[in-house]
Amino acid sequence: MNKQAEVIKADNPAREVWRLFLRNWSARLGLFIMVLIILVSIFGPGIYAVDPFSIRGAPFTPPGVDSNVPWGTDHVGRDILAGMLGGGRATLAVGLSAAVMTITIGLVVGAFSGYYGGLVDEILMRITEFFQVLPSLILAMVLVALFTPSLEMIAIAIGIAAWQSTARLTRGEFLRLRELEYVKASRTIGASDSRLMWVIILPNALPPLIISATLIIGVAILFEAGLSFLGLGDPNVMSWGLMIGSSKEYIFDSWWATAFPGTAIFLAVLSVSLIGDGLNDALNPKLRNR
Amino acid sequence: MVSVLKILGERIAFALAVIFSVLILNFILIRLAPGDPASVIAGESGGITQEIIDAIRKEYGLDLPMHEQLGIYLGNAIKGDLGYSYYFNTPVVELVISYMWPTILLIVVATVMALILGTVFGVIASRKPDGWLSNFLTVFSLIGYSAPPFWTGMLLIICFAFILPWFPVSGYSDVTLDVGPLGHALDILHHLILPSITLALIYLAQYSRLARASMLEVMGSDYIRTARAKGLSESVVFFKHGLRNAVLPIITITGLHFGNILSGAVLVEAVFNWPGLGTLAFDSLLRRDYSTILGLLFFSAVMTIVANLMTDLCYRIADPRIKIKKR
Repeated sequence: MNKQAEVIKADNPAREVWRLFLRNWSARLGLFIMVLIILVSIFGPGIYAVDPFSIRGAPFTPPGVDSNVPWGTDHVGRDILAGMLGGGRATLAVGLSAAVMTITIGLVVGAFSGYYGGLVDEILMRITEFFQVLPSLILAMVLVALFTPSLEMIAIAIGIAAWQSTARLTRGEFLRLRELEYVKASRTIGASDSRLMWVIILPNALPPLIISATLIIGVAILFEAGLSFLGLGDPNVMSWGLMIGSSKEYIFDSWWATAFPGTAIFLAVLSVSLIGDGLNDALNPKLRNR
Repeated sequence: MVSVLKILGERIAFALAVIFSVLILNFILIRLAPGDPASVIAGESGGITQEIIDAIRKEYGLDLPMHEQLGIYLGNAIKGDLGYSYYFNTPVVELVISYMWPTILLIVVATVMALILGTVFGVIASRKPDGWLSNFLTVFSLIGYSAPPFWTGMLLIICFAFILPWFPVSGYSDVTLDVGPLGHALDILHHLILPSITLALIYLAQYSRLARASMLEVMGSDYIRTARAKGLSESVVFFKHGLRNAVLPIITITGLHFGNILSGAVLVEAVFNWPGLGTLAFDSLLRRDYSTILGLLFFSAVMTIVANLMTDLCYRIADPRIKIKKR
């Protein structure tokens, strides 16, 4: 009863979504963790100005023993806390730029495919299916290994390996929306194809795309971590995955060297999933009362 | 029947086209990459002079024009020859096949585990949509989804191989054991448990959540009410009318996930030193063993195509309404 009244009086859809989003405690938790991680990654390395590659203490120092290295050291004596703070930046940067890559490719392919249909659709969807057959992490591994393992290359590789689901989702939305009356009306009054695609249809296709974009950030973070773990990350940039990868042989001697970055990756992906779930509930009216 | 055969033929033709495209893509990718395999091979054997590099280039056909190399590559691939591994000194096909079985074992066990347990948990949870199991599954599925698989694997090693030494830390089997074939199989199984659980955990929770949602939706639909109204027993309604329809989305998702599971297996294998395709991929990537990389990408694509065709088949067994639907 009450909910219906709220929906009726709502005026600004963005504010409405924001309010519904915040009503969800798990979404609030996700947002809180994410903001915390972002703030720590931005300001942390400035406050705790230690080079994560420099050797700061005896190897395998456990956390809380040496005040010089409060979170302990890894097998060569590098400061874990400095790695955590510096690594956050790289991990988030790669996650975000890879997500942008993924969404861009998926959006363009899906929009053209769904809007034009016919032969264009057929060709683009065949290409999408082709990429779907290639296991994404293996493709990304091959790409990173063949070219230089820089952060940019990693982001591009993840983008190339992971755009298919976004393309399918966008295509589906465009297929559905292009048949609606408001789109046909706009076409009748002479709107150009690109205007129809990007100005008339796209805004209404956004809600599911926003949700999938959030989730893709999580996927990208996991990808980066996996690549770094396999030793395919940028060796000159400290990231959480690189920390785990370089300490994986020593888990019995220094659990902290893998546990801290592992937890950080887990929390980052978890927060993104929680935000995605919350957005899904807020943006999808059918699910609101579940 | 004729149309079924026709559509089946189309499917196979498409699969072949995809396989062909993968071969071409592989070839282009490797050629685009910086670094020259000839100097890598020369580097492996030490003492590099230009003559040695030229000789190697000639021997492996690396001095031919690009399209001729591609032609040779495709021609050989059709004959079942994906090249010769420079590093392992073995034909790539043999190499990949010998590393393939541990991976398939790992993937099949993990998938079956995730599928069966996931469906069971989800179905039980759907009986009480707000019960503790439902809530637990929601939290658990988020954890399973968010935790990097290599990290979960390491945690499992620390808990169940180090603190509680129940399972071996890594590897495929204990070569020092002399226990006969059955003992050997059990030994492999013993080694398999932790890696397969690690891999299954990613999907177990997702499947259970999906099973719960799908079961709730199916059990709320009109035909279930009809079935109940006409006096069918609750177990018939639940299993025959409910469950059979509710598993369809899970089967679809499993098929779509196959590439991801293969990718996950690569990471899990790296943690547990499981001697499968992931380990092979890793070793050959570090050594720029181009033929092996080509073969691996090719084989993983073929495996995914086969898995998709099998999903199609399972789908039709589970849902007799679908004959062969055109995509």
